[in-house]
Amino acid sequence: MTLVVESSKALVQYRFSTCELIPFAVAIAFYYALPDYLPLGTAICVTAIFALSLDLVIGYAGIVTLGHSVFFGIGAYSAALLSRNGWGEPVSTVIAGAAVSAFFALLSGPLLLRLRGLPLIMVTLGVASVVSEAANKLSWLTGGNDGLPGLTFDPVFKMFTWSIDGKTAYLYALAWLLVVLIVARTVVSSSFGVALQGIRQNELRMRLIGAPVLSQLVAIYALSAGVAGVAGALYAQSNGFVGLEALSVDQGVFALAMIVLGGIGRLHGAIVGAAVYMVVQYAAQQWDPYYWMLAIGVMLVLVVRFSKGGILGALDELSAGLKRRLESHL
Amino acid sequence: MEQILSAALFVLLYGVSYGLVLFIIAIGLVITMGLMQIVNLAHGAFAAIGGYIAVSLMNAAGMPYLATLCAAVVVVVLLSFVLERLIYVRLYGASHLDQILMTLGVNFIVIGAITILFGPNVYPVRLPGFLQGSVDLGLRRFEVYRIFVICLGLAVVVCLWALFERTSFGAKLRAAVDNRSIAQVIGIDVDRLFLLAFGIGSGLAALGGAVGAAMLPLEPYYPMKYLMLVLVVVALSGYGNIRASLGVAIIVGLIDTAGRLLVPAFGGFAIYLLLILLTVWRPDGLFAGRAS
Repeated sequence: MTLVVESSKALVQYRFSTCELIPFAVAIAFYYALPDYLPLGTAICVTAIFALSLDLVIGYAGIVTLGHSVFFGIGAYSAALLSRNGWGEPVSTVIAGAAVSAFFALLSGPLLLRLRGLPLIMVTLGVASVVSEAANKLSWLTGGNDGLPGLTFDPVFKMFTWSIDGKTAYLYALAWLLVVLIVARTVVSSSFGVALQGIRQNELRMRLIGAPVLSQLVAIYALSAGVAGVAGALYAQSNGFVGLEALSVDQGVFALAMIVLGGIGRLHGAIVGAAVYMVVQYAAQQWDPYYWMLAIGVMLVLVVRFSKGGILGALDELSAGLKRRLESHL
Repeated sequence: MEQILSAALFVLLYGVSYGLVLFIIAIGLVITMGLMQIVNLAHGAFAAIGGYIAVSLMNAAGMPYLATLCAAVVVVVLLSFVLERLIYVRLYGASHLDQILMTLGVNFIVIGAITILFGPNVYPVRLPGFLQGSVDLGLRRFEVYRIFVICLGLAVVVCLWALFERTSFGAKLRAAVDNRSIAQVIGIDVDRLFLLAFGIGSGLAALGGAVGAAMLPLEPYYPMKYLMLVLVVVALSGYGNIRASLGVAIIVGLIDTAGRLLVPAFGGFAIYLLLILLTVWRPDGLFAGRAS
């Protein structure tokens, strides 16, 4: 009986709340208020999708990976290669990119996800380094250092052309972010999602109650890789270019920084973290590109040191404190 | 035949000297991981700081080579004491994720600071006169620098062995690694021990970075770039096994050198593939069976 109570408690945080609409309200306001910054907005949406995919594996399933850039890169290169070979329909391209990424995750997952802790961290880092080196060498496929420039895609739903002002790209990426968020929410609030959190909190217990731990981990790994592939494909479409930096190991490391900044294991944290990260990065680069690393390093240290829950965690504490104060006054 | 022998000697000398530099840098991480259970991804940053201090002192201030090595070690040891008290002390017992994030943060700060101070390009190293040139060792000529590195590396190995096996500090340290609580109960100040061990490890990293500057070029991205190689050594030596780490470092050095010599196009891969395969095959370390 107690088990039922506990599991329903685990589901409580996934009830819909109006607060969830705030990021999208902000995103729409952004569209009208700052039309000059739409490319930055598009980049934020794409990055947020990638950060979301990482939050699924790290925040929920507890798979600490530093190699997620691989799936972003695979999605990006898949989309680019499809476009190069005459397939320019954008939505199906994104789905194809996601499928290819998920396929590679299904292949590598059963091997990698047997590892835990430090070995897992290092092997994922190693795989990411090897894949990015390999892409550099396979220049007939990836264009090597020059990348794959000049990619063109058909209008979205045959109606909205990729305008120079970036309006289509922005709304298109935002729509994908919404879709991904809905999918991710549905997954984490399902019994499968609760099982994943069980694995993160106590794997041995999950094994003892008969949960198929490895296959559940592989399933979320593949799903997350698919989402990362979506982000990669969108990156290719919004930039019209894919280069080696799409596969760079740093991508995965920076995405980790984002979800920690926003608040890990709560999906919206990934979105908030990606937005804050990208804006700070943009500002720092305007100021002096070399101060950027310094800024992100300081942010990371401060977040881990002072606010385990990231920005959203700090907001939670703040609102809880305000509520308590209000109640004591009444 | 002579050619093969000459190539083999080349691989041996370059691989072993490279492996010893890796060992000097990695041993600190082996200690921190084995002893304090901390994933210190910022360890490469200590090597980078050591390298930059030594080379800039030599280039700008004209200090003699060996003095710059000592200066680099001393500065980094002091810095590591400060960082241990400020940052690392909070990571003991924290989750792997927190440790990774915190130490990556430190890494980024160091990368940013190096770029601001020294610019984004490779910082050139000019070896002192007595390390330039080469000597004839029968089959072919070898750089004096490589031989110097090997001698220094072996000296470090002997010193470490003496420190761990022949001093009370070493005995206490081994006791604390084996069982921290019991060590504390019998009156060993484990916190102080950790601080000292952390300082020694960081100082050695600085030495490795400074001595190896002509092998592993100094650039802002150094802390991330060589992190992987150092982690390979730590992982394959079984997280905290100091003796195994020497063997593993030399094997890694040899394989990397041989790979680059034999298949130049794919030389960089060999070591990463090896890491992945070996770690998946033996997650507890290459010599895990024998060590325990």
